[in-house]
Amino acid sequence: MNNNQKSKVAIFDYGLGNLFSIKHACNYAGMEPFIISSAHRLMEADLIILPGVGAFGDAMESLRRLDLISPLHDIVDSGKLLMGICLGMQLLMSESHEFGNHKGLDIIKGEVVKFDKPLDTNGKTLKVPHVSWNKIYLTDKQHKIFQNLNDETYMYFVHSFYVKPDNVSNIIFNTYYGNIEFCSGILYNNIFACQFHPERSGPKGLSIYKNLDSIIRSKKQIF
Amino acid sequence: MSVRIIPRLDIKGPNLVKGIHFEGLRVLGKPETFAKYYYENGADELFFMDAVASLYERNSLIDIIEKTSKEIFIPLTVGGGLRSIDDIRTVLRAGADKVALNTAVINRPELIREASRIFGSSTIMIHIDAIKNENGFYEAYTDYGRVETGVDVFEWIQRVYKLGAGEIMITSIEKEGTGKGFDVELTRKVSEMVDIPVIASGGCGKIQHIHEIIKEGLADAVSMASVLHYNSLKYFNYNDHDFKIEGNIEFLKKQTKLTKIQGASIGEIKKYLTDCGLECHYEQ
Repeated sequence: MNNNQKSKVAIFDYGLGNLFSIKHACNYAGMEPFIISSAHRLMEADLIILPGVGAFGDAMESLRRLDLISPLHDIVDSGKLLMGICLGMQLLMSESHEFGNHKGLDIIKGEVVKFDKPLDTNGKTLKVPHVSWNKIYLTDKQHKIFQNLNDETYMYFVHSFYVKPDNVSNIIFNTYYGNIEFCSGILYNNIFACQFHPERSGPKGLSIYKNLDSIIRSKKQIF
Repeated sequence: MSVRIIPRLDIKGPNLVKGIHFEGLRVLGKPETFAKYYYENGADELFFMDAVASLYERNSLIDIIEKTSKEIFIPLTVGGGLRSIDDIRTVLRAGADKVALNTAVINRPELIREASRIFGSSTIMIHIDAIKNENGFYEAYTDYGRVETGVDVFEWIQRVYKLGAGEIMITSIEKEGTGKGFDVELTRKVSEMVDIPVIASGGCGKIQHIHEIIKEGLADAVSMASVLHYNSLKYFNYNDHDFKIEGNIEFLKKQTKLTKIQGASIGEIKKYLTDCGLECHYEQ
């Protein structure tokens, strides 16, 4: 197979977080990643990744400044695959309550809220941010994106906020932080988003990248 | 929520080293080899510390980060000699996920706020090297345990927390490398003081110490070196010529037996902790 046949992945660089682990994970899964900070090469990509570490308000401001908000809506309409990771997942929602109220991309209806005193089984308050490997529980085991994943697969989390989609049927993964159950994965049309970092979750996390690659390939075979 | 087990790799030039109280550094091998081995054996994260803060004198650490981050898909924290926003950006661009800051932020605490703002607080770990003085006062040290600062560790922790640190790694220099166990009192006090995660480091000599520092010291994550490194050595085959360039390789040549360290693999550590009723990310 030559390079031209590899699935192309555009990773959004809007000045926040480490894109390099995502890039390495794409390479590892046999895809061809490139980093973009404008809408310029967007249409070349089979998969667009919206990463992000940091504050919600700052991230939205960066997207606005780089003029990326309407291209992101165009991607959703075009049917291309879009993956949001961590803050990149939260940005897809309608609004966030991180340091005041901020409007999000409003691609998925719902809000972003902070962990409110999660308690462990002994009634002790857990620390926030939630920095830990934690289990995901699958709501629909049939989807292709779940190959090699099971209930109780561990993934790596670093976050203080989580998403609450209005439509619970969009939720594909749930996770418990102490007594709080939260949405750790969303599937909505052509959008997949997760709160954990699949590129930092070992072989199981990498299988998500591989599954996305095979979804792209099977689409290519159809057309 | 699971307890994180974080192998700590102290690096000098091209080599993985290990000392006692951060001194008398022995060469143990190549950091890349150990890092890959720990990843494959179920480490939750890796911690790289540049023992001589050589970042801008030699590029070896950057090369090591680039190489490992391509084949290791767990979080990687890098510390040692990072002094500015640009330095942080350089190691993140090489593939690190988080940075650990000590000397630079004791000299200029505002750097914590600036770095958290730019890179997100979860990217900024503050590591604190402590020594307990005769009067029971814990003092923070900088420059890989070489320079005393007069700073009270617990006051410093409060400040670091308010400035927006994402995590704190607390190392007891007195315990470090001795295998006598972590400083439980120090770790517990730090952990009770802040509601961000605290990583215990320094002194692990056997599996039981890890359990103790989680249960008694309330550590959210545990970092260890000797227990893993000396245990791993038996799986690697080294030729002397690998280490001709620099460093103290006498230990490797002689194959000395250690008395104070009871080596263990990551799998053995996690099995033990799981049997004790703690949750670990542990694939059988």
